[in-house]
Amino acid sequence: MIALLTRDLRLAVRAGGGFGLGLAFFLIVTVLVPFGVGPETGLLSKIAPGVLWIGALLACLLSLDRIFALDWEDGSLDLLATAPLPMEGIVSVKALAHWITTGLPLVLAAPLLGVLLSLPADGYLWVLVSLAVGTPALSVIGTFGAALTVGLKRGGLLLSLLVLPLYVPTLIFGAEVARRGAEGLAVQTPLLMLGGISAGAIALLPFASAAVLRINLR
Amino acid sequence: MSIWEYANPVKFIRTTDLVLPWVSALAVAALVVGLVWGFFFTPEDYRQGSTVKIIYLHVPAAMMAINAWVMMLVTSLVWIVRRHHVSALAARAAAPIGATFTIIALVTGALWGQPMWGTWWAWDPRLTSFLILFLFYLGYMALWTAIENDDTAADLTSILCLVGSVFALLSRYAVNFWNQGLHQGASLSLDAEENVADVFWYPLLVCIAGFVLLFVALVFLRTQTEIRARRARALLARERQA
Repeated sequence: MIALLTRDLRLAVRAGGGFGLGLAFFLIVTVLVPFGVGPETGLLSKIAPGVLWIGALLACLLSLDRIFALDWEDGSLDLLATAPLPMEGIVSVKALAHWITTGLPLVLAAPLLGVLLSLPADGYLWVLVSLAVGTPALSVIGTFGAALTVGLKRGGLLLSLLVLPLYVPTLIFGAEVARRGAEGLAVQTPLLMLGGISAGAIALLPFASAAVLRINLR
Repeated sequence: MSIWEYANPVKFIRTTDLVLPWVSALAVAALVVGLVWGFFFTPEDYRQGSTVKIIYLHVPAAMMAINAWVMMLVTSLVWIVRRHHVSALAARAAAPIGATFTIIALVTGALWGQPMWGTWWAWDPRLTSFLILFLFYLGYMALWTAIENDDTAADLTSILCLVGSVFALLSRYAVNFWNQGLHQGASLSLDAEENVADVFWYPLLVCIAGFVLLFVALVFLRTQTEIRARRARALLARERQA
């Protein structure tokens, strides 16, 4: 498992594209929003937590099809499937690798981009915390979507149609934590719900993803 | 005699051929009676005026939109467990119908909301969760059409249906948490002392029965079509090989 993880990480960093792309996309989205809604500081700081969450979610979505696509094309996915590691393990490692290369940088970049959107001072901590708790769920759910569309020629558009509705609960609770945090309200309830969704998704979805991947590989 | 006999496509087509005219006729009768009764022979509500009559389309459509998804969930489970093709095809056949019911519920709700709430759309929990349900239908149907191999498509969509059900439920509660509602509470609970007044209640029941029958008839018809389409494709493939 660790070998697979280091292989995936090394591929993501060295084999061009992938790694920085999600981060750059996040930056672009955040920069575009003020152009769209106007440079008014009050308005920006009000919508900043939501914009950061939407940006992170889209950046995550953008990099999903890379989880399995390359391995599918060069056949290494078939090799992995015949390896002694159970499919559930492979899927979990893939999701973890996706989170380390996409989710984690997004979490760390979010406070920086918050400066651009004049996020209230109370908000930085909670944007960071909510993204840290929520992005693993995004990666795991996204891995399920990527496994569903792995064999398809033009799966990208279909992938977003399938995955975005699944992202709704995570987005609602995550953005709620960030918003309440920024306004200085109590964040405990949505934060617990967000944690619950993340934990449940991490625990259960790899089974679904593995089943789907087995179907696609047969 | 067990229900699994109908997993045989021939048996399924033969039986539904017998039942279909009756179900369709009953559906039409119930809908005509219920809608005419509801639209022309019920009093106007003292606050809502004649707009109350949209209830005869809105409530049954909304009910069936959810029930269609539940039916897809059950047939998907049957497909995963027992591998009956008719079951998978029935799930496929039900999806566009459920999506249509969802649209009907959303549109009639908007038409009613404009004069009553003063807005076509509000980010109310019920409205929002129906919109999300519609997105789930769209994704489900898109996945069916995207995959060429029939069995793979059936497998993948049924797993999507299972996972989607969990997330649809989660979204329902998340949305409740996210925004307080404008929509009135349930008007048809079985355990409530009093629901809507009896004058509105009886035609509504007839309309609900009509929508259920309509759904059953459409699912039968569309499942038959799917079976025949697959048979035709198999014949063509065999001809090409010969």
